[in-house]
Amino acid sequence: MGTFDFLLQGLMVAAQPMNLLYALIGVTLGTAVGVLPGIGPALTVALLLPVTYQLDPAGSLIMFAGIYYGGMYGGSTTSILLNTPGESASIVTALEGNKMARAGRGGPALATAAIGSFVAGLIATMGLAFVAPYIVKLALVFGPREYFALMVLAFVTVSSAFGDSALRGLTSLFVGLTLAIIGIDQLTGQTRLSFGVPDLLDGIEVTTVAVAMFAIGESLFIAAQGDRGPDRVEAVRGSVWMNAADWARSWKPWLRGTFIGFPIGAMPAGGAEIGTFLSYATEKRLTKHPEEFGNGAIEGVAGPEAANNASAAGTLVPLLTLGLPTTATAAIMLAGFQQFGLQPGPLLFATNPQLVWGLIASLLIANFMLLVLNLPLIGLWVRLLTIPKPWLYAGILLFATLGTIGANPSVFELGMLLAFGLLGYVMRVFGYPIAPVVVGLILGPLAEQQLRRALSISQGDVTVLFTSPIAAVLLVIAALAFLVPLIMRARGRGEVLTQLAASED
Amino acid sequence: MKHFFLASILAGALALPAYAADYTIIAPANPGGGWDQTARSLQTVMQQEGISGNVQVQNVPGAGGTIGLAQFASQQKGNPNALLVGGYVMVGAILTNNSPVTLKDVTPIARLTGEYEAIVVPAASEIKTMADLVEALKKDPGAVSWAGGSAGGTDHIAVGLIAKAAGVDPTKINYIAYSGGGEALAAILGSQVTAGISGYGEFESQIKAGALRLLAVSSAERIPGIDAPTLKESGVDVVVENWRMIAAAPGLTEEQKAAVEADIEKVAKSDAWQEVLKTKGWQDTYLAGDAFEEQLAKDISATEAVLKDIGLVK
Repeated sequence: MGTFDFLLQGLMVAAQPMNLLYALIGVTLGTAVGVLPGIGPALTVALLLPVTYQLDPAGSLIMFAGIYYGGMYGGSTTSILLNTPGESASIVTALEGNKMARAGRGGPALATAAIGSFVAGLIATMGLAFVAPYIVKLALVFGPREYFALMVLAFVTVSSAFGDSALRGLTSLFVGLTLAIIGIDQLTGQTRLSFGVPDLLDGIEVTTVAVAMFAIGESLFIAAQGDRGPDRVEAVRGSVWMNAADWARSWKPWLRGTFIGFPIGAMPAGGAEIGTFLSYATEKRLTKHPEEFGNGAIEGVAGPEAANNASAAGTLVPLLTLGLPTTATAAIMLAGFQQFGLQPGPLLFATNPQLVWGLIASLLIANFMLLVLNLPLIGLWVRLLTIPKPWLYAGILLFATLGTIGANPSVFELGMLLAFGLLGYVMRVFGYPIAPVVVGLILGPLAEQQLRRALSISQGDVTVLFTSPIAAVLLVIAALAFLVPLIMRARGRGEVLTQLAASED
Repeated sequence: MKHFFLASILAGALALPAYAADYTIIAPANPGGGWDQTARSLQTVMQQEGISGNVQVQNVPGAGGTIGLAQFASQQKGNPNALLVGGYVMVGAILTNNSPVTLKDVTPIARLTGEYEAIVVPAASEIKTMADLVEALKKDPGAVSWAGGSAGGTDHIAVGLIAKAAGVDPTKINYIAYSGGGEALAAILGSQVTAGISGYGEFESQIKAGALRLLAVSSAERIPGIDAPTLKESGVDVVVENWRMIAAAPGLTEEQKAAVEADIEKVAKSDAWQEVLKTKGWQDTYLAGDAFEEQLAKDISATEAVLKDIGLVK
């Protein structure tokens, strides 16, 4: 039987009324938890594991997959409307999405996120069905040195994409890199910069910093301005729906985001965030409206949102074909498989085809449900912004605090939230971009670990970093991305670049 | 706004300690890992067997379980309804992190499960047997890279013990720590490293599919159903078991402690628990009372010795 027959069979499994119900419960729950910062799909699936013990395997796995997709989508709503990323994968969405929302274009921002997620989810799920075995082979070729080269590329593109001043951008990036060092070193078990505080041993939670810097910092900034605040929030200007220009500017970023997000999500050390950063950087470089980047460019929402959903499907590639969980949610789904005595891996496609194809087919259905569920709600969501400013920001403060406390009930975590909120405020006042801090915090440890692993395996031989063809190509691209702007500046074309670089939060 | 309320309630529910619970089990790790699975399996079995009507699981992740341990020791003092899951990894983490709170500050109840370590190489590797691997290790310890879990954890300790037993300086081993089994598995499958070491369950499906070659397991005797010699048989006198335990709060009276012990014994002897062990591939290593306390003390001093040998503990 070919892949297509299997998929059709899978659709039959997924279309059974009970399984449709599980998918609906999954996406609804997923959207709800995705909205709340701190509480992610991983925790939800873990809480549901004992409940599903009584259900049949197909049903509960379909529900888990629904939660996963729903969580990826739900995070974007609060990012766009409240500047409070619910998941680390929706941090980039907040950059342009919130600017759009405040300019009265919250409707189109939410719509492009929803439709982009749908398109990406659809393509990536088909990708999961048809090219999973090949993608896995490619992903396994990526060793520490290739990952390190990928991180270098991400650093270069990202640091040039955020902010209008390279110096300020780099300063922010290094603040993030320093924060990333805090905690137990993964490779030697030694503690660094933890000052004997046990709460710091595990490092600093990315969502805490992101929520603090974006939501709390922003609230303080608005409060400090009092009534003089220039940026009056306009709830709706023009249509709530995407107009022709929005469509024309969205479809290419959706596709590019998908093709960036899916393979990176499928890599064992990839994760969803890197894809969103790279997608944002790509869109900023390719856009025909560079002046809008930083002030609410729809491409900056469409691309990263597509990328994060595509990477969610990508994550399932190594999970189903190798039994490799690459995210926390995938790890718990693996535990879910094991609960039913199923071991995901190369044999699962052969031993349990109905289950695997049922799961893949139900992802298609969950994806469609998300769209149906969320599009009609957009009109309702954007009304959130009509709440008077003091109430709205008080609500955001409460919401951010609750989410953080909910994820980790500790006074210390709350203290960090407030401290980083203050830092976010100070950085805003002095014009330092926020995003590079979060980027440094996420990518810093990955880059460091991969570099040290590569050098450890080669026993200290540095040339190993350049001798792999993949790593060499990635590093050359990174070098070009760094040098070309420098040369352009040197030849007196700097003003072009200045125009290209728009201001950003 | 509906979502907002729903989410707030969810947050509130998770943030509040559960007052109505008969037992609260603290899993000192993130959802999904071995300790979390142990806690949630205990929860299911206790409720199924009617040992406890209402069991809550709380995750307090961080630093090899020492954050959960410290919080448990200080906040639950004298509470007979609070339980903490722990294990061998915690013993190592207490030593490497120099944790001020140790297992002496709680009331260890019983050892429950165990998983043996498996040593694997990629199928294409030139190394065919454990003896080949030991030979390569003796020739140039640095040239043999091992992929395994976090630094100072069971996998790392096992590699240190293997080196020591083979007469190789344990400080010279080239151990590459990965967080979580998944990434390490990818590195082994992609032949990025020489060998891999982790719980057998992590490698099982790849071994069966022929992508990995199993060289040896770290149990004392051969495990039924697993076609591989023990380390001992291969001439490396090492037995390592990644065991997991359950502890109660400090400051309990003798009666309170006896009541918890009785409940845990009921769980360990139940059919439902045996079923859990089977599906998860865990060994039944139930050991309680004085025998457990003796074994625990032995494990702690042995771990301290090997961590000093590897150079992780000064």
